[in-house]
Amino acid sequence: MTVQTEPFVVNLGPQHPSTHGVFRLRLTLDGERIIDADMVMGYLHRSMEKLAEERTYTQNIPFTDRTDYLAAMTGNLAYVIAVEQLCGIEPPDRAQWLRTIMCELQRIASHCMAVGIFANDCGAWQTPVMHMLRDREKVLDLFEMACGARLTLNYMRIGGVSRDVPPEFMPTARKLIKDLPKKLDEYEDLLLENEIIVERSRGIGVLTPEQAMAHSVSGPMLRASGVAWDIRKADPYAAYDKVDFDIAVGVHGDVYDRFVVRLAEMRESVKILEQALELIPEGPVHAQLPTATVQPIDQPVAPLAIRPPVGEAYGRIESPRGELGFYLISDGSPAPFRFHIRSPSYINLTPLKLMSVGGTVADAIVILGSVDIIVGEVDR
Amino acid sequence: MTKAIAGLDIAHRIEQKFPGAVEEAIPEAATMKADRLAEVCAFLRDDPDLKFEFLSSLTAVDRLEYFEVVYHLTSIRLNQMTAIKVKASDRENPRVPSVTGVWVGANLQEREAYDLMGIVFVGHPDLRRMFLWDGFDGWPLRKDYLVGPGGRFPGLERFPGESQEPLGGRG
Repeated sequence: MTVQTEPFVVNLGPQHPSTHGVFRLRLTLDGERIIDADMVMGYLHRSMEKLAEERTYTQNIPFTDRTDYLAAMTGNLAYVIAVEQLCGIEPPDRAQWLRTIMCELQRIASHCMAVGIFANDCGAWQTPVMHMLRDREKVLDLFEMACGARLTLNYMRIGGVSRDVPPEFMPTARKLIKDLPKKLDEYEDLLLENEIIVERSRGIGVLTPEQAMAHSVSGPMLRASGVAWDIRKADPYAAYDKVDFDIAVGVHGDVYDRFVVRLAEMRESVKILEQALELIPEGPVHAQLPTATVQPIDQPVAPLAIRPPVGEAYGRIESPRGELGFYLISDGSPAPFRFHIRSPSYINLTPLKLMSVGGTVADAIVILGSVDIIVGEVDR
Repeated sequence: MTKAIAGLDIAHRIEQKFPGAVEEAIPEAATMKADRLAEVCAFLRDDPDLKFEFLSSLTAVDRLEYFEVVYHLTSIRLNQMTAIKVKASDRENPRVPSVTGVWVGANLQEREAYDLMGIVFVGHPDLRRMFLWDGFDGWPLRKDYLVGPGGRFPGLERFPGESQEPLGGRG
C-alpha cells in the first residue's frame, strides 16, 4: 500500500538550541524523510570584511576574536600570520612557542565545547556538557592569567604576542596538562560506547574522502573521512615543526567518526602541550618591527601605524574547525585594501544538503552538530 | 612545508596546455581569461603533477577599474598551493563563469561573493543572496558602497581631535 503525502516545510531555527546560534535550516519533508535542506543565514552578519577596510592592521585584531568566538586565539593567529607574511616579519622564538601553547589550549577548550554540545544534540542532555565545561573553564582561567580576557582574547600581535605570561602560568598549565588525560579517559568511558550517541550517529551523514575534498571540507570533518590533512603538519606555522604529534583520522566519515576524531585530537593537543611547556625558551615575545613598515601616518591619533608594502598574502592555520585563512591585500596604506576571511565553519556547511537528504529531522540535528559551526564565523 | 607554486610557474604550465588562456601573471597569482576558466580549472584539478582537488578559498576583490575573483587552490595529495585569478571588467554587470562544475566546494563561496560584491557567476546552480535579504539594495563590499566621511579612514580621523563635520549617512 502506498501512502500519498504532500511535502511540507519545517523550520529548524533560527532560535533553536541545536542550531548553535542564530542559524536557520529550512527542511522540506516528505513524510519523515528530508527531501530538501536550505540554509538561511546572515542573522549575525556584521560585515566585518567591510569594517576592516577602514581600520589599521592592528585595530583589526579584535575583529578576529569575534568571528570564531570559541577559538579566539586561532582567529588572532591566522590574521597576524597573514600580516606577517605581507610585511616579512619573523616573530621571536618565545612568541612562536607561546602561540603554539595558546592555540593548543584553545583547541582543547573548543573541542570540549564541540563534543559536549554534540552529546547534548544527541540527547545526552546536559550531563556530558557540564563535565566538558568544567575543563574548558580551567583553560579560560589560564587565558585570563595571560591576557586578562576569557573569551575575546586579543592576545596575538603583529610580530609576536601582546605580553609574556606571568610566572604562575607555567605551573598552572603543567598541572592542567597532567590532569587532563584522566579527564579524557573519563569522557571516553562516558561517551564512546554510550548508546544514546552511538545509535544516533553511526552511519549518519557519511562523506567519502573524495566528496569531502571536492566540497572543500576541512578540519576534523575532513580527517573523519580518512584524509590525513592537517595544516599543522603539512605547512607548519608557529612552533609546530618542533613538536611530535599524530594526526587523528577517522574511517567511515560519519557523524560518529567526527566526534571520535575530536576526542582524539584533544589527546594530541595534550601531547603537544607537554612538549611545548618543556621546550619553550626564554627571550623577547615581540619582534622589532622594521621601520619601513611602521611609519607615522598623517593623523594625530595613531602616531605609528603598520604599513605593509603593496602586495597580497594568504595566511592559513588549522583552527579547531578547519582551515582558517585570511586573504589580505595591501595598497601601502595603514588599512587593508581587502580583508577576506576563509571561514571553515561556513565552508564546512557546503555538503550539509548532501548529508541530510534522505534522513530524518533527528539526523539533520546531529549532522549539523557534527559540523560544529560557530555562527559568528559563518556570518562574519 | 607546502610547496607554493608561483603565479609565473603556473602560468607557464597552463600556457603550454592552453595557449592564450593566461592574461597576465605576477608572482602571487596568474590571471586567466574568463572564457577559458572552466577548462583551465579542470586541468588544474586533474593534471597528475598539479592535482589541485581542494579549493581552499574563493573571493572577489574590487580593484576600482575592474573586479577580480581570486581562487586559492590546494593539492592535499601533493601538498602544494597556488592561486589563480580572473577579471570581470564590466562594472555594471560583472560576470564570471562558475567553477562549481569543477569544485563543488565553490557553491557557498560563490554565493557569498555574489551577495557581497555582486559578481554574477554564470552557471551557478543556485545564485541567491546569502547573508543579506532578497531585495537588499547594493553590494556592500564594493568600494563605492557607503564610503564613510573623511575618505577611507574615518575612524582614525575622528578620534581625538574629533573633526567638526557632521557624520554622513552612517550615524
